Amino acid sequence: MTSDTDTTPASPRHAADRTPVLQAKGLVKKYGRVVAIDGSDLELYPGEILAVIGDNGAGKSSLIKALSGALVPDSGEIYLDGRQIQFRTPMDARSAGIETVYQTLAVAPGLDIADNLFLGREQRKAGPMGSIFRMLDRGHMRSEAKRHMSELGVATLQNIGQAVESLSGGQRQAVAVARSAAFGSKVVILDEPTAALGVKEGNRVLQLIRDVRDRGLPVILISHNMPHVFEIADRIHIQRLGRRATVITPKSHSMSEAVAIMTGAAEPPPHTA
Amino acid sequence: MATATADFDVRKSDSLGLRIQHILHSNPILGPLAVLLVAIIAFSIVNGRFFTATNLSLVLQQVTVIATLALGQTLIILTAGIDLSAGAIAVFSSILMATFCVNAGVPGIIALLLGFACGTAMGAINGFLVTRIKLPPFIVTLGTLTIFFSLNSVVSNSETIRGSDMPSLMTWTGDSIPIGNFRLTYGSIIMLVLFGFFFYALRSTAWGKHVYATGDDAEAARLAGIRTSRVLFSVYTVAGLLYAIGGWILIGRLASASPNVGVEYNLDSITAVVLGGTSLFGGRGAVLGTLVGALIVGVFRNGLQLGGVEVVWQGFAIGLLVLIAVSLDQWIRKVKT
Repeated sequence: MTSDTDTTPASPRHAADRTPVLQAKGLVKKYGRVVAIDGSDLELYPGEILAVIGDNGAGKSSLIKALSGALVPDSGEIYLDGRQIQFRTPMDARSAGIETVYQTLAVAPGLDIADNLFLGREQRKAGPMGSIFRMLDRGHMRSEAKRHMSELGVATLQNIGQAVESLSGGQRQAVAVARSAAFGSKVVILDEPTAALGVKEGNRVLQLIRDVRDRGLPVILISHNMPHVFEIADRIHIQRLGRRATVITPKSHSMSEAVAIMTGAAEPPPHTA
Repeated sequence: MATATADFDVRKSDSLGLRIQHILHSNPILGPLAVLLVAIIAFSIVNGRFFTATNLSLVLQQVTVIATLALGQTLIILTAGIDLSAGAIAVFSSILMATFCVNAGVPGIIALLLGFACGTAMGAINGFLVTRIKLPPFIVTLGTLTIFFSLNSVVSNSETIRGSDMPSLMTWTGDSIPIGNFRLTYGSIIMLVLFGFFFYALRSTAWGKHVYATGDDAEAARLAGIRTSRVLFSVYTVAGLLYAIGGWILIGRLASASPNVGVEYNLDSITAVVLGGTSLFGGRGAVLGTLVGALIVGVFRNGLQLGGVEVVWQGFAIGLLVLIAVSLDQWIRKVKT
């Protein structure tokens, strides 16, 4: 995604004094005596891809679950567009405009692409056919699904009525990402979106993520794949021992430095981003 | 601009076997339909009495009750569940209706509604145990099957109630409209209307999509925002109502209400669903397939009988068909992506 004239990457992606879209302050979550997150902060700014990396047990997934409503933190605050909010269920986060693509994908393999895009948010026909007979507006949902998919440049998925299980892993991921981009009005959170994919498909999903960002939706990307993180992220949040160790950028640090900070082999530098 | 940036490969399958697999995968009803047509043609050639209006209307009457139960069973199997108590609920509802109007003197329409309410409640009990106590559907319905059957004997005193003692509404489902030599019973009409209704509900409403999604991958459905427990509960409850309607049709078919029938209905309803191409693993199948599946059972039993094949071998043939159908389903599920 380089010199396209019709896409306008929100330019200054670097933080400074802008209001974060999504912000967490001092989140704590304990399971009995085990501390999953220990006063963790996070800021996501408009138009950026923020990668969250960390060793196993560093509290990445608990942090992300707190932001997507899948767990309720014991203490700490979450702000969306500067306003404090509380999520009790994933539904709360969704209706606030935060869409999450889980590692398990959450697609129904037997249903087609359009059905999956609108799963749990089906649209009924207008008038009595919709209100009395509960009839779904399949035509509308299909054309909308087609529009969303082609907006994200998933060109060869011609048949929107194709069952998702007949798609490859990358295509399924594309459906899940398209769904989050279609309905997420504020933030898209992607949990290990390239984990199960081959090199080629992984790269295409990365392109999809850039497309989502370039359409104006900030993205939080959780990944173990350092080359992918360094290729795509605007800023990198390094989580360690339940807290944010530091935030770096792909330009300020190398991959091996990032791994060293992540594992505790190197002292975390002050935030460079 | 961005359209070419993230195109994904579409793979082509070449061999004939793979292509058949794909066709069956996207149109699962074709397999059962082919079996039904071949069976009808074969039996018509073997025996001239098979393809007559009189005999065909008999086949339809014979499958009406099973098809109605199998409709409820389909909804449950689509959610990757199973209901062993389908026949028991149908028979209990029929006995309850008959007992209310004959022994308690309740008007027919009230007795009918009480029977429906009872079937619905029994389905709801199954649904409650599956969704709240979180027991596997097989165990739940194995338990309720035994309970409901013993209740049958308690309520009926192990006695059969004759249809001639009941209000005419009770046996109305056995009355028929003659179309030439073909006799179409009201019971069959009710059954066909119900199939049409659920065909619509599964295909064209959000509830239908949620039933499929829940059966496909319950966790994924939950993460997509579907309240899967609610979907499951609704499915078991609706199935209970369908079984009760099946019980009403049963009274018309037998011109009586008896606690001694219906033992085989539980498994026959599952047979019809499986033969109709609905997968026991959930998420795949359709009610029209079930109708075809029920007709396959009816056509085979009737055709073999006309051909002078003994009852035991009829069962043998149906059992074989089931195994073939399940193997086919396994094969279809392995579609390469």
